[in-house]
Amino acid sequence: MAQQTPRMLEAEQLGNLIAVLLQKGYEVIGPTLRDGAIVYRRIESAEELPAGWSDKQEPARYRLERREDHAVFGHAVAPESWKKYLHPAEVRLWSAERQAGGFCVLNNQPQPHKPYAFLGLRACDLAAIRVLDRVLTGNKYRDPIYAGVRDGVFMVAVQCTRAAATCFCASLGTGPQVQQGFDLALTELVGPGSHRFLVRAGSDRGAELLAGLQSAPATENDVQAAKVAVATAAAQQVRSVNTADIRDLLYANFDHPRWDNLAERCLACANCTMVCPTCFCTTVEDVTDVNGDHAQRWRRWDSCFTLSFSYIHGGSVRASGKARYRQWMTHKLASWIDQFGTSGCVGCGRCITWCPVGIDITEEVRAIRETASHGNS
Amino acid sequence: MSAQPATDPMRPRAYIVRQVAKETPDTFTLKVEAEERGNDSSFQPGQFSMLWVFGVGELPISISSNPAHHHGLMYTVRSVGQATHALVSQAAGSTVGVRGPFGKGWPLEAARGRDIVVVAGGIGLAPLRPLIYQVLQNRRDYGRLVVLYGARSPRDLLYRKELAAWARGDETQVLITVDYGGLSWRGHVGVVTTLFKYARLQPRRSLAMVCGPEIMMRFVTRELETQGLARQDIYLSLERNMKCAVGFCGHCQYGPYFICKDGPVFRWDQIRPLLDKYEL
Amino acid sequence: METLERIIAAHPVFAGLESYYTGLLVGCASNVRFAAGACIFKEGGEANVFYLLRVGKVALQVFAPQHKPIIVSTLGEGEILGWEWLLPPYQWKSHAYAAAETRAIALDGKCLRNKCEQNHDLGYELLKRFAPIVVQQLEATRYQLLDVYAVR
Repeated sequence: MAQQTPRMLEAEQLGNLIAVLLQKGYEVIGPTLRDGAIVYRRIESAEELPAGWSDKQEPARYRLERREDHAVFGHAVAPESWKKYLHPAEVRLWSAERQAGGFCVLNNQPQPHKPYAFLGLRACDLAAIRVLDRVLTGNKYRDPIYAGVRDGVFMVAVQCTRAAATCFCASLGTGPQVQQGFDLALTELVGPGSHRFLVRAGSDRGAELLAGLQSAPATENDVQAAKVAVATAAAQQVRSVNTADIRDLLYANFDHPRWDNLAERCLACANCTMVCPTCFCTTVEDVTDVNGDHAQRWRRWDSCFTLSFSYIHGGSVRASGKARYRQWMTHKLASWIDQFGTSGCVGCGRCITWCPVGIDITEEVRAIRETASHGNS
Repeated sequence: MSAQPATDPMRPRAYIVRQVAKETPDTFTLKVEAEERGNDSSFQPGQFSMLWVFGVGELPISISSNPAHHHGLMYTVRSVGQATHALVSQAAGSTVGVRGPFGKGWPLEAARGRDIVVVAGGIGLAPLRPLIYQVLQNRRDYGRLVVLYGARSPRDLLYRKELAAWARGDETQVLITVDYGGLSWRGHVGVVTTLFKYARLQPRRSLAMVCGPEIMMRFVTRELETQGLARQDIYLSLERNMKCAVGFCGHCQYGPYFICKDGPVFRWDQIRPLLDKYEL
Repeated sequence: METLERIIAAHPVFAGLESYYTGLLVGCASNVRFAAGACIFKEGGEANVFYLLRVGKVALQVFAPQHKPIIVSTLGEGEILGWEWLLPPYQWKSHAYAAAETRAIALDGKCLRNKCEQNHDLGYELLKRFAPIVVQQLEATRYQLLDVYAVR
């Protein structure tokens, strides 16, 4: 559908937006304060949003900060991503029972769940969801669990008006401007005595919901203010990745000494893979009860940083930490392109913030590029 | 929007174990049949299944039966750990779970009209056996067949009766060697590449299919090139850790490839730069 | 019946040798025959001969304390048995016995060594041809060492 002209919502209408979503039967997930961080959890009112809070993110550092105003979306990305709902960390695939002479896999369908409404998706989050769509539903086999959740999600995106020091979506072309894939997109405009949202509908159901809220048409000034706010976020970004020929660059530098340097720092803690919105690797675990009569197969998140990830009879193929870090970064920035047609990275910067030793993927790319060998290795 | 249970690739189907035959002190061949009649057991030579033992675990195992037989499947399993031990310890009449078949098999189309050189090391002969059956049962579609097979010692040789039978076939040469020969072994001793000097090869007409430990495949492919085969006429079967076998879990990645769906059979020119990369 | 000269000249290992040198080799050559099971040379013995295998099979064997004797390699028709005659200490590095009835051409290594000392060109030509044989054995042994089929 063609994008409608934007409307303006007063801040109080945000509560109505959430109420309407709840009424329509959605479980609303939005940013909220929990344990010293802003995370994406179930919310039921606008009061639960982190008004007046922001975050300071640096390599290996995350701190909440008070803002001078009451903006509710004045923070950057959470320590987790929306994949925890779309591609859950623990899922039971099926259960089975022993029967005379054999077994029976029970026809149990996953428990029906309320559809989600995600409130507060950033451009990088939307880009990450597009990446996961390709990985999990764009191939010969379609992941029914992901597809089952994803198809019904109502997406309320938020334009970033402020970038964290760890953000680098601008250099990857994945943000900060939200372009597509949303039902509604909000740009928060806070000024002295004024707190409003510029809203665009990106789908029929988004337009329908918007029509049910009290709104005024957006003026030229409003539209301009929103543009400036997003441009500010882009300009604030201090990190970047030069993606020119990055696939060939990383393929050709398998033996670059920088990997040894990384090996000395990386703890193989797997934090980066947990917080990364596009990391999708899982493992399968078979469990039985004590009698051995009932079995279940569970799927859990896994990480290429573990030794068991690449274990085949006799040992792990990637035994060294060096090989495992190299695998993660090369996959994310290079092999992903061959596998799925795009980069696996969306520039959200979570891996930089949440690495306990502050490894900065943008710096690593720069270091390899600067002293790269060219040609085949 | 959920997948039908019958076609859900993550759900195992029940197969009854008909026979567990001992091949060597640690290797056994399971013969299984689908519990549900009409359950298709067809596969392409070179493909694999995920075999599941209730309450123990699941593993990728190459299918090593005759592709012309549609009622059952055979798997040659080496007992090296808990799950493989559980598989080979199944009694006839018990049930195992089977998912699959998965993967890209040997290039039967490209092989038509060509001489086939099969080079196998150890249990690598298992995924090649369906290919050999295919060639022998469709003799006119293929040229000469040369089988070079190496194992650790004489008692580790698989399918000895069949190897002898194949050797008697038309336009077929079977050569066997072991790394460690005992005094009663009258055959060749040495690594499998030492068999090339006895093989009657016409390199330009040949397609090679190789399977065995990765190190073995490295030196075999080098030798095949030295013998004059073109890189695009050499195929290998690789393996890596697998959990889902359908390209989602990410475990089997090898450079940009997923061994479960882009392989396990790869053409040599495609992966040549990867095989030399340590800890890829 | 092929003459010694024809066989030696035609053997791939001596390809490209000047006919004068081939003639020298022929002068040091004779036909030999080993019955199945016969010992051809013993580890540690003086290596003064090498063989062009014509028919049969030869096994190279190593003895180690507390081990049954191990066959490390078998050689067949057309292969060269023995390189130890050319390089010091001119001692056999393994046992060799005929695994089957074997006929070969024996060449007098000691005589050839002396000729190589006198004629370095001949020496270089022979070294060039025997070094690859040693290398091949080295590589094959390395791969055997890796024990690629063993369970870890």
